[in-house]
Amino acid sequence: MMDKEIVISVKGLTKKFGNFTAVDHISLEVHRGEIFGFLGANGAGKTTAMRMLCGLSFPTSGSGMVSGYDIISQAEEIKCHIGYMSQKFSLYENLTVWENLNLFATIYGMNSKTIKEKTDVAFKTLGMENVQNVLVKEIPLGWKQKLAFTAATLHSPDVVFLDEPTGGVDPSTRRKFWEMIYRASSEGMTVFVTTHYLDEAEYCNRVSIMVDGHIKALDSPARLKQQYHAKTMDEVFRIVAKDAKRSD
Amino acid sequence: MSIFQSLIKKEILHLLRDFRTIIVVLVIPVVLLLLFGFAISTEVNNVRVAAVVEQHTNETRHILEQFRTNTYFTFKGIIPFDEIENILRKGDADAVVIFRSELGELKHQIIVDASNTNMAQTSTAYLESVISSATGIPVVTNTLYNPQLKSAYNFVPGIMGMIFILICAMMTSVSIVSEKETGTMNLLLVSPVRPWTIILGKLIPYFLLSCIILTLMLILSYTVLGIPFSFSVINVIWITILYVILALALGLFISTIASTQVSALLVSGVMFMIPVVLLSGMIFPVENMPLVLQWFSCIIPARWYISAMRVLMIQQLPIKYVLTEVVVLSVMTMIVLVLAIKKFNAKK
Repeated sequence: MMDKEIVISVKGLTKKFGNFTAVDHISLEVHRGEIFGFLGANGAGKTTAMRMLCGLSFPTSGSGMVSGYDIISQAEEIKCHIGYMSQKFSLYENLTVWENLNLFATIYGMNSKTIKEKTDVAFKTLGMENVQNVLVKEIPLGWKQKLAFTAATLHSPDVVFLDEPTGGVDPSTRRKFWEMIYRASSEGMTVFVTTHYLDEAEYCNRVSIMVDGHIKALDSPARLKQQYHAKTMDEVFRIVAKDAKRSD
Repeated sequence: MSIFQSLIKKEILHLLRDFRTIIVVLVIPVVLLLLFGFAISTEVNNVRVAAVVEQHTNETRHILEQFRTNTYFTFKGIIPFDEIENILRKGDADAVVIFRSELGELKHQIIVDASNTNMAQTSTAYLESVISSATGIPVVTNTLYNPQLKSAYNFVPGIMGMIFILICAMMTSVSIVSEKETGTMNLLLVSPVRPWTIILGKLIPYFLLSCIILTLMLILSYTVLGIPFSFSVINVIWITILYVILALALGLFISTIASTQVSALLVSGVMFMIPVVLLSGMIFPVENMPLVLQWFSCIIPARWYISAMRVLMIQQLPIKYVLTEVVVLSVMTMIVLVLAIKKFNAKK
């Protein structure tokens, strides 16, 4: 894994809001095709860090590269090479399943022929051929989640950022969702995922644990458990985050 | 399809599928226009009047005949002097006229129920004019621009000023903020779409909707409400378009400060609805307000728009008479647009 191409690299990334340092000098590297788990309690700074990687927010100091582009000077180029799925599985509720995919694919510059081919494949894989023309607000949450992931990855981005992609869905749907993540990763897509579910952390190739704006631990789940003499990632997290001051 | 077209298509589909909203948006202007045009009027057209006559003369007979036949009056009959207070108190009459002859000259006194001041003033004026035309030298009043003194004429510009601010500002701000709430705005912002494209993709559909509403309102005004049609309608249209753009910019600006749909609604409601109704001159003339409020009314776009519409639609004067209004509206549009776009981009 370590000899692979680096897709995300960040050095000393810092974001301050006034006197409050949301993200404090974090550094990390993520390789192509890797599933990178970005863990941390609420308020630890995960979302702020992720927003900087997506080009939604500029860092106060530090530097970073995503997919070969600088996060400060080339934010617009980065946007063409990443996919983003928000924790609310955001889609346009009043558009049909197909219209949603078509809209996002168009936004990412795909032509209608490619869109047709790609969506056909996607609907077949998802088993959603029959709901193409159903409004998104009428489909179940689990399907919305899969659809949001498909919308974020249809343009085959280098990296896909998933912001708590499994919140509020049942365990079996979560497992199926992780199968989608694995499939994407096996096709060479890098997956950068934040999550609250520590059992999901075990599915990642490597994880980082953020506490109060710092990265307190970063390694594969197996090695972290070994290092902290813990049986599960849950225990690891509790040991690492026990001194957290910011949490709610 | 280009990114821009697909964004606009998305917004239009969204609007069309939100059936209730579209109905409300199209029906409210029509209902308001008809309501203010017909049902609600500040005209007084049924003054119930009684008379006390000391001694009948040709003049008094003539005047009483006027009271009986004039459609603005309902004559309640001749009453004895000591009945005056009673008839007013019971509310059977709005005014009583007393005729008394002094040295062969007819004197009159009007006693009016002033519990509704507006009505009291108007009915007194009516009575005066009827009496004076019967007795002395009649005053020839020539009412320009609105010869029948229809209140619809007064309200149409006001309603238009209110509707466009409400629909454009409220709907755009709510629709942008709702995208923030559902998180789709973030999806657009992390995509390669430029902020400008996102903004225009939001504003253009609402602009088109406003044009439909404008057409609807103009057709109603010139047909059902009978506002005289002339070529000034072209000026009416383009100044309204300027005003719509201003309202859209305001909506965009609100969307950058409000974080929830409810707050966007409240802000546009409080910021626009109340000042527009109270201070724009729509109902209460700006000239009658205390000086401080007059100054304050200058920052309300609707005040300038309504005043321009009165000149163009009712007085039907050429464009040079509303230059001030046009300049003020243009400057306001520029300022709000620049502020809104700066704020929209400044989220980083």
